[in-house]
Amino acid sequence: MKRAKELVIISGKGGTGKTTLSGSLVRLLGKNEKVICDSDVDAADMFLLFEPETEREEDFRGKSIAVINYDKCVDCGICQKVCRFDAVALEDGKYQINPYSCDGCTYCMLACPAKAISMEQQVVGKWFISNTDSGSMVHARLKPGAENSGNLVTMVKHQSHLLAEENGISLILIDGPPGIGCPVTSAISGANLAVIVTEPTFSGIHDLERVLGVTGHFQVSSAIVINKYDMNEKNSRDIERFAKEKDIPLLGKIPLSTCVMDAITRNKTPVDSCPDIKSIMEDILGKIKKLMDIQ
Amino acid sequence: MKVAVASGKGGTGKTIVSTSLFLSVNDAAYIDMDVEEPNGAIFISPEIEREERFSLPVPSFNENICTFCNACAEACVYSAISVIPQAKKVLFFEELCHSCGVCKYVCPEPGAIVEVPKEIGTIRVGNNGNFVEGTLDIGIPSAVPLISGIKRYIPDNDVVILDSPPGTSCPVVETLKDSDYVILVTEPTPFGINDLSLALDIVRELEKPHGIIVNKHNEKVSLAREFARSKDVEILLEIPFSRKVAEGYSKGIPLVDIEPEYRSNFKDLIERIRVTIS
Ligand code: SF4
Ligand code: SF4
Ligand code: SF4
Ligand code: SF4
Repeated sequence: MKRAKELVIISGKGGTGKTTLSGSLVRLLGKNEKVICDSDVDAADMFLLFEPETEREEDFRGKSIAVINYDKCVDCGICQKVCRFDAVALEDGKYQINPYSCDGCTYCMLACPAKAISMEQQVVGKWFISNTDSGSMVHARLKPGAENSGNLVTMVKHQSHLLAEENGISLILIDGPPGIGCPVTSAISGANLAVIVTEPTFSGIHDLERVLGVTGHFQVSSAIVINKYDMNEKNSRDIERFAKEKDIPLLGKIPLSTCVMDAITRNKTPVDSCPDIKSIMEDILGKIKKLMDIQ
Repeated sequence: MKVAVASGKGGTGKTIVSTSLFLSVNDAAYIDMDVEEPNGAIFISPEIEREERFSLPVPSFNENICTFCNACAEACVYSAISVIPQAKKVLFFEELCHSCGVCKYVCPEPGAIVEVPKEIGTIRVGNNGNFVEGTLDIGIPSAVPLISGIKRYIPDNDVVILDSPPGTSCPVVETLKDSDYVILVTEPTPFGINDLSLALDIVRELEKPHGIIVNKHNEKVSLAREFARSKDVEILLEIPFSRKVAEGYSKGIPLVDIEPEYRSNFKDLIERIRVTIS
């Protein structure tokens, strides 16, 4: 069987209705039409909409960090000198490693004259496979402040592909992380289409350009949805013009709607309770299917 | 005192709050540490006086001195180096390099590795040093080094506002680490509260005094209040949802220019925070 296609929903910023769109697409697509992949591992929210029942739960091990054995340490301070991540500090008369700052590079371990430092692997998160009434979902949770969210995203995507293959599903719908950092690049790399949700704010256009820089860098085709377009129609027109110039398809415009706000407040997707929005979302989905060449 | 403004995710009004604090308090400084999406400048319109490229050291290999012993590649935990003795080549994958310095340390041949600067972003300083922002170049894997680089530019004003990156990952920790107080901005939706709860975990783990500002407050929805009560956190301010504010925001107009009466709220807030942390 062919590898499942990846559709990823992203936005330069959080809060631009990214999950509103991905949640709506989840509802509109059939239960066995896609695997749901929540790759927003720093702040997974999709599960709030779909009440998943967890089937499988696994630890995610991240980088190793340095740990000092004080029976051997001779307080020479070399570890502090060599560390480029400001992770070692002299506190209460002892050299101590701050696990939040340690990057796991092993320099201190190699340089310690007393061989007092070892590297220990950390459990930095968990990933889950769950059932929802809209299909199977792979999601994860990173411990607060843990790094390597990019690797966890890669893991969640990998598990989604395994699940898709097992069940003969040909589409993976990925709710991406906000921003343009490492987790986003992991989420979009290898994707067949990235849908960027943007808002007509002053910074919306600016953020959009930066996200397009990332998708361009990874050669992922992009399309745009404008959320709350009527909040500032002039900026919306600017975005439309910008999209046209760059030859990026505009899939649809979603109005600022109290119905959507109410739906979200009740943990519902707008397609469940807002008929106007539902038809806009259906239209967007149709265009996505065309762009991705799926039935 | 350094007051960090953070939120679970972007778009919850973090920028509205941090720029409003800056614009309401005399002699404050504003530091935009949201280096992936810095946009405080849109609301503050600072006069930029200095712009510097920020760089990190990365190895450069001299294949005339190198003996292709592979020690550097073995030691690099980020797999940024690959040595091919047959071809007398060292391949260096710059995007994977964390600038840790281990390869140079383990290399037995002096001069085979020298470190050269690699630019990762830009730091801009303006308004007599009271405005600082960093912008991370696209494709740079970690924002943390740039954020820690910005810290060297923080002036010693009485009140310094740190606009934190969104989320709860390393860049946020890097920003909050050095703050005296953390304001968490949230929206009263289930998503907002879920994100807030994650952000709260991290602030508590870092043992920073903190309070909540609710943006787009809606009298009919008590989610944020219930959450604050259950977690025993103070709600510092509620900013009601207003179409006027949302439209102003979309044009880059700061909240305190749309609704000037908020100025005194933000001023009072800083004084309350001062009392809390003293
Ligand atoms: S380098 Fe080793 S011996 Fe020296 S202070 Fe660090 S841990 Fe202790
Ligand atoms: S492993 Fe690297 S980052 Fe961690 S404390 Fe040692 S030198 Fe610093
Ligand atoms: S450690 Fe030094 S000599 Fe050995 S392969 Fe690397 S650069 Fe060459
Ligand atoms: S500086 Fe560190 S991360 Fe970069 S190549 Fe050398 S060992 Fe690897």
